Amino acid sequence: MNSRLKKLTKCQSFWPLMVLLAILLVNGVVSGGAFFQMRIVDGHLYGRLIDILRNGSKLMLLATGMTMVLATGGTDISVGSVMAISGAIACSVVDGRILSSLGGSVTAAVLIAVLAGVLCGAWNGLLVSKIKIQPIVATMILMVAGRGIAQLITDGKIVTVNSDAYYFINGGYILGLPFPLFIVGFFVLLIMLFTKKTAFGLFVESTGCNPVSSRFAGINVDRVKLVIYTFCGAMAAIAGLIESAGIKGADCNNAGLMIEMDAILAVAIGGTSLAGGRFSIPASIVGALIIQSITTSVYAMGVAPEVTQVVKALIVVAICLAQSKKFKAAVAARLTSRKAVSAA
Amino acid sequence: MKKRILAIVLAVCMASMVFAGCGSEPAAAPAPADTPASADAAPAPAEPAAKPANDKLVVGFAQIGQESGWRDAETQSIQFYAGQNIDTIDLKFADAQQKQENQIKAIKSFIDMGVDVIGLAPVVETGWDAVFTEAKEAGIPIVLVDRKADVPEDLYATFIGSDFIKEGNDGADEMARLLDNKGKIVELEGTVGASAANDRKKGFDDQIAAKYPDIEILASQTGDFTRAKGKEVMESFLKTYGSEIQGVFAHNDDMMLGAIEAIKEAGLKPGVDIKTVSCDGVKGIFEAMAAGEANVTVECNPLLGPQFFETCAKLKAGETVEKWIKSEEGVYRAETAAEDLPNRVY
Repeated sequence: MNSRLKKLTKCQSFWPLMVLLAILLVNGVVSGGAFFQMRIVDGHLYGRLIDILRNGSKLMLLATGMTMVLATGGTDISVGSVMAISGAIACSVVDGRILSSLGGSVTAAVLIAVLAGVLCGAWNGLLVSKIKIQPIVATMILMVAGRGIAQLITDGKIVTVNSDAYYFINGGYILGLPFPLFIVGFFVLLIMLFTKKTAFGLFVESTGCNPVSSRFAGINVDRVKLVIYTFCGAMAAIAGLIESAGIKGADCNNAGLMIEMDAILAVAIGGTSLAGGRFSIPASIVGALIIQSITTSVYAMGVAPEVTQVVKALIVVAICLAQSKKFKAAVAARLTSRKAVSAA
Repeated sequence: MKKRILAIVLAVCMASMVFAGCGSEPAAAPAPADTPASADAAPAPAEPAAKPANDKLVVGFAQIGQESGWRDAETQSIQFYAGQNIDTIDLKFADAQQKQENQIKAIKSFIDMGVDVIGLAPVVETGWDAVFTEAKEAGIPIVLVDRKADVPEDLYATFIGSDFIKEGNDGADEMARLLDNKGKIVELEGTVGASAANDRKKGFDDQIAAKYPDIEILASQTGDFTRAKGKEVMESFLKTYGSEIQGVFAHNDDMMLGAIEAIKEAGLKPGVDIKTVSCDGVKGIFEAMAAGEANVTVECNPLLGPQFFETCAKLKAGETVEKWIKSEEGVYRAETAAEDLPNRVY
């Protein structure tokens, strides 16, 4: 029994999951149970937990892509801008501002937007793998230029769309659950199968641990990186679709602003090392949910707007401390020494 | 090796700051076709320095540049008014492309040209003393438009701009009208620290406290002036207070547009179950009002052209004007939204 528990705590997603449960529990206690309240509105589930899942879906997708990128020892800080680009393109197509011959087809809009995300990702991948620019610099180019591109597409305005089909991407429900959740589920399942059932996951970890020896071992490191960055771009594009669908419009200045940091934080909270190597996508997903539930709980507890950011930061610090092995060991040592003293 | 890496990191940081500076105002990238791209050539249209002999009102206007739909509307309003009154107004327009030095150059060239009045929307608050003094010595009054400059009051003639506190007051009055002076509401604040957010909140909260004691503000949270945040915060309010909420006041229309989506998702009818009052008067909110999903918007008017030129004419005639001319702003309600919609330009 004890060994099984030990095995469980060794699992990478164990501690993040505990943290998530702790946050939810604290919320539940503070709100007197109202936090977990769920009811059915217009045939779908409605409650704070659903909010966390739906609003967290963007971050979960980004964290999925970001986990892979970080596992190769790289980083992608352009995801927020790619979100803005994909939202701008999709809304402009649906609105008929660009490519009006498509007649505002939502399917076409989604496809073109995702394609744009793939191109952005491939561009990042090319810079990192072929031209060997350091990842943070390579992706910074798109981070800076991306919003400009999005602005050009929308003429610097917020393009508003009134298509119900487009809104479904964020606000739709299947079986009473929000549609973005199914998107996340699909892609996470896909990538999990791809990394666990093929050798690709191993290639990624190997690339992250030691690219030189990986290359000598016969792994095409450059191609692995190219694929990973492209995938990350695609995830960002889909996150951008969810974001713009939720507000029925493309807000180029604010869509995904600073979300790259949240995505990296989600992966870090999930316990994947930013230096590359071993990774766990489920742990990152939990990390993303933790970040979203922090935001939701700050709103739920009615923290004053002026101190919101500080409260969030404090919670993140607490989580990081809770996850740090050294800190835990130090606390444990303190406690045992005290016990020893009191026993003596 | 380590030093080299450090150097690279530092260089990247510096480069990113430079880039980020550009990035925050991406609209500047597509330089308008009618202004030369090079900075030094930008402001001064080639004109002889002598004062024109005719009795036209000669006005130089130094605009910030393109930054938002709101500012574009302001520029268009000024140019349109001058174009319509081409017999009486001679407008020298300079686009500063978001740079203070371009605005200063423009003002200097306006002084050389001997215009009657100089209009300026200062890109930043500080650093204007020298050039304003120059204009004053040349006897040319300066009219500040929509943004203030941090200079002694005697250096400029007047400021034409919005009174955010009054917008908040008007919002409170409208909310009270919608709720028959009684009810519970929530407030979506703008970005913490922004003057529009601070003053609209002050104006709204003070007016509610002073005149409508039966209206209770249940909660107030920032939505950063964005649609996405407005929606998220409203979702949370709805979870906490449910159908207790009878009205929402948002510091801008975009947050309200987000909140409207949140209200719909909660199975309630925005504009009916929950009354809405927001500020700015953008097109989107008029569409929502016409669709019956919003109630009132308190305008923050960028169409300052007519007021600006009237003031200029008064200054030329030597009349005294007030130090702060509050821009003419209306309150628009859902009942007339369908008629107003075609006239909205921003």
